[in-house]
Amino acid sequence: MFEWFTDFATWLVVDVFGLSKATKLGDALHFFIEDTTKIFFLLLIMIYVIALLRASMNVERVRDYLAGKNKGIGYLLGAGFGAITPFCSCSSIPVFLGFTSAGIPVGITMSFLITSPLINEVAVLLLVSLLGWKFTVLYLVVGMLVGILGGFFLDAIKAERWLQSFAAKALEKGQQTAISTQNSQVSRLSFKERHRFAKEEMLEIFGRVWKWVIIGVGLGAALHGFVPEGWIKEHLGNGQWWSVPSAVLLGIPLYSNATGVIPVMESLIKQGLPIGTTLAFCMSTVAASFPEFILLKQVMQWRLLAILFSVLLVAFTLIGWVFNLLTPFI
Amino acid sequence: MKEIKVLGTGCAKCTKTVELIVKIAKELNIDVNVIKETNPEVIMGYGVMSTPAVIIDEVNVHSGSIPYREAVESWLK
Repeated sequence: MFEWFTDFATWLVVDVFGLSKATKLGDALHFFIEDTTKIFFLLLIMIYVIALLRASMNVERVRDYLAGKNKGIGYLLGAGFGAITPFCSCSSIPVFLGFTSAGIPVGITMSFLITSPLINEVAVLLLVSLLGWKFTVLYLVVGMLVGILGGFFLDAIKAERWLQSFAAKALEKGQQTAISTQNSQVSRLSFKERHRFAKEEMLEIFGRVWKWVIIGVGLGAALHGFVPEGWIKEHLGNGQWWSVPSAVLLGIPLYSNATGVIPVMESLIKQGLPIGTTLAFCMSTVAASFPEFILLKQVMQWRLLAILFSVLLVAFTLIGWVFNLLTPFI
Repeated sequence: MKEIKVLGTGCAKCTKTVELIVKIAKELNIDVNVIKETNPEVIMGYGVMSTPAVIIDEVNVHSGSIPYREAVESWLK
């Protein structure tokens, strides 16, 4: 069904603009138009459909569900809910405190918060349409693993020692009080209410991400059209060990969400950048961003922030190395 | 005069919520005192996790989104 977008781009570039696809500009423009129209179309439909399904899902329900779960399964559930629960990254702090004051261990809360930006419906949709099923599954597994292991590690080193004092007190109090399923009423939604929610989600998310798509696809198109064919493959194609930590470091100051970065991933992989290096770069861009970390300062001491940041960077580097090693077998 | 608190850690939606309430109050000629609350400790105290949230006379009436116009009107009356 996706040929329609290729044909449309060809028509626009060749017939309307009078450019040949053999020229660099024509090629890059074709890539840009094909990808943006396809992504915009899919986004609008999919966000609506998914929002319709999960209209009654919210962080309050997740909290009530996670409270009192045993730790072993807690990390898995935390990461899983992080992937599917919608919430705006500007709510990170209230969510962190809400979970904490319900007595949920810091590690499980962090599993939720780490996975959340990495995996969401928009990211999955883009991955499937641009890079295919196999890569999507790989990305999902890795994203979940980072969340699960990161959370596990934070509890193992007793990260709660380095919370800000009011947050630490809330955690202690939450763990002593018996879990009372608080007043989160589970209300049945009518279809009309679901439709209203889904329509607003669609407009809201689309309004937020469309510029990221343009930027991401634009960069991808520039890479595609203007970086000489084979340059990346020749210089970075063997997965040289240093290329992975470099990619992670490069990703830190580049702050993007998954929507903007996935079109760039597509282009990098097509140009011959190894999968591990690409994954490391993208996860670092999406999950390790200074603005978000500065926000967390309100509930964590510097020491814990530094640890969390290092954990993420080490995790992304390891992911890169492992996948580069495994590539011949995938 | 009603005291309305909008809780949020400073995202765009929170600012819009404040503006919306002020605007509707003005249209209806109702005197209100709208306060933007960004301190996470205070937000936690209200048990709120999804922002923006609206607190009227210390009661949490809304959370998680920019409220609908009908809702705002009903709070003000």
